[in-house]
Amino acid sequence: MTLDLSVSIGSLTLKNPLIAASGCFGYGVEYADLVDLSSLGGVAVKGLFLAEREGHPAPRIVETPAGMLNAIGLQGIGVRRFVDEKLPELRARRATVIVNVCGTTLDEYVEVSRILSDADGVDAIELNISCPNIKEGGIQFGCSLTGTFDVVSAVRKVTRLPLIPKLTPNVTDVSSFARAAEDAGADAVSLVNTFLAMVLDVETRRPKISNVVGGLSGPAIRPIAVRMVYECRQAVRIPIIGMGGIADARDALEFMIAGATAVQVGTANFVDPMIWPKLLDGIRAYMERHQIERLFDLVGTVDVHAEITDH
Amino acid sequence: MPFDVAADVTANRPLSADYNVLALAAPAIAAAAAPGQFVMVKLGSGHDPLLRRPFSVFEVLQGNDGSPIGITLLNKRIGPSTSLLYEARPGEVAACLGPLGRPFTVVDPPSDAWMVAGGVGLAPFAALAQALRARGTACTLFYGARRADELFYLDFFRAMHVELVLTTEDGSAGERGRIVAPLERRLAARAGGAPVMIYACGPQGMLAATAKTAARFNKPCQVSVERIMGCGLGGCYSCVVAMRDDDGAFHHVRSCLAGPVLAADKIRWD
Repeated sequence: MTLDLSVSIGSLTLKNPLIAASGCFGYGVEYADLVDLSSLGGVAVKGLFLAEREGHPAPRIVETPAGMLNAIGLQGIGVRRFVDEKLPELRARRATVIVNVCGTTLDEYVEVSRILSDADGVDAIELNISCPNIKEGGIQFGCSLTGTFDVVSAVRKVTRLPLIPKLTPNVTDVSSFARAAEDAGADAVSLVNTFLAMVLDVETRRPKISNVVGGLSGPAIRPIAVRMVYECRQAVRIPIIGMGGIADARDALEFMIAGATAVQVGTANFVDPMIWPKLLDGIRAYMERHQIERLFDLVGTVDVHAEITDH
Repeated sequence: MPFDVAADVTANRPLSADYNVLALAAPAIAAAAAPGQFVMVKLGSGHDPLLRRPFSVFEVLQGNDGSPIGITLLNKRIGPSTSLLYEARPGEVAACLGPLGRPFTVVDPPSDAWMVAGGVGLAPFAALAQALRARGTACTLFYGARRADELFYLDFFRAMHVELVLTTEDGSAGERGRIVAPLERRLAARAGGAPVMIYACGPQGMLAATAKTAARFNKPCQVSVERIMGCGLGGCYSCVVAMRDDDGAFHHVRSCLAGPVLAADKIRWD
C-alpha cells in the first residue's frame, strides 16, 4: 500500500503532519546534526521579536507530574539576526520553516511579519498571541476576541505567507478565538500554548521558577488539549494544528482524529530528540493496519455517536 | 556529535545513604567524552519523572583490551529521578545522550592544576585528574563535604598522585569549614608568577567564592556550572547563565552549549 502522509495548511503542503513546536526546538539548527530537518513536516522556530531579548533569569523550568512548567521569557536573537544567521542554514537543510512571531505592540507583529515575508526561505508565520510568560503583548492580544481579530487582520495585510495564530488555552472558550482568527483571515490556527500554572517549594515557600508562574506542558495536559482541538473543529473551517503533550504516534493520531490536520511536538522532543522517525513509523503502521492510504482522510473522523466499548 | 544510546546499567555501587556510582554500557559515548562534558540520562520510559537529567561523565570505563566500554555517573539522591538512579539495578536500561557541552581546557606543565570540588561537585574531576596526570601536570584536589563519610574516591586520587586538601563542615575529616579557605591560603603562600589553573565544580556559593578568590590572585579559573536543563541540546533555553561579552554587556547564554565549563571571570555571580 502506498501511504500518503502529506497534509495541507492553506497554500502550504507539509510532507507529513509532524512539526517541531516553537520554543522547544531552538532555531532548528541546534538539532541539525541529530535530526534530518527535511524529514519533518515543519520546524516552528523559537519566537522572534524585532529586537533581541534576554528573557527571565534561571531557574526557568521545573518538572511536574508527567509535565513541566516553563517561563523562559521569550529569550531570542531578534528577527533580523534570525534572517541573517539561521535562515540560510535552515534552507540549506531543506527544512520547512514556520516562524513564530511575537510582539509587544500590534505594530511590532506587523513589522516582524513584513521582514519575514521579504526574506527567502520562510514557509509560514505562526503568530504568538498566547505566551503566558511576558508582561506586555502576546497573551493580551490572545485573551481578547477583538485583540485577536485586530492583530491577525493587521498582519494579514502585509503577508501572503500562510498565517497561523497560536491560541492560548487560558480562556473560557477557545473556539470563539479560533473563529475570530478565521474571520480575520487566518489560514489555520495552532493550539494549545501552555496552561498558566504554578509550583512552590513548601520548605522555603518560594516559587520554583524565577517568574513565579509559568506555562504547563507535557503529557499531563494532553486530554484538555485534545478536547479544545475537538471544540475548535466544530467552530471553524480552516485547518487546525494540534499540540499539547504528544509523546508517541498514538497521541499524534488522537489529535488528528479529534480534528487536527497537523500536530506539533514540543516537550517530548526534550525527553527524546530522536522521537521523529519513531512517530513517523508509528503513524505508518497505524495507516497500514487501518487501510488508510491518505492520512488526511483521518482528520476529524472522531465518532462521538458510536456505542462506547472498551478496547 | 552526540550519541543517543539505550545503555544497560552494568553496576551500581552505593557510596553512602545518598550517593552512588552508576555504571552504564555506552562505548561510543565513552570513546568520545572529554573531561567536563556531560550526558542527559533517564531511567526507563515512563512519563513520571518525565525529563532526562544532566550528569558529568565521572569515569570512563575500559575493557580488558583498554578500549572504552562505558561511563560512570556520580549520583546524589535529591528527588524522584536521582532516587531511581540510586536504586537502579544491573540490567535496567537508561536513555543516555552524550557527550554534550564544552569540556575543560586541560593544562600542561609547568602550570599546576588545582581542582576545587564541593559535595557532588566532585563529579567531573576523576576524568579531569586522569587527563591532567597523563600529561604529567601536578594536581591538587581541594575537596569539601558535609562530613567525613561524604568524601569519596580519596584512594583513587591518591593512587594518581593527586595531592588532597580536605575540609568538612563538621570537622570530622580534614579542616573544619569551607573549602575556599585553604584554597585562599595556598594562593597567598604561592609565588606570584607560578602558573596554576583553577578548576571548580560545586554549589553556586562555593563557585562564586572560588571565582572571586581566583580573580583576587589573578589566576585563571574554569567552573563547571549546574543548571536545571530540559534538553541539553540548546532547544529549551532553560539552563542560562548571565555572561559578560567582549563589549562588557551581560547576556544569557545556554550552559548546555556554551558550557557547562565556563570562564569564571565572565560570569555574573550576584
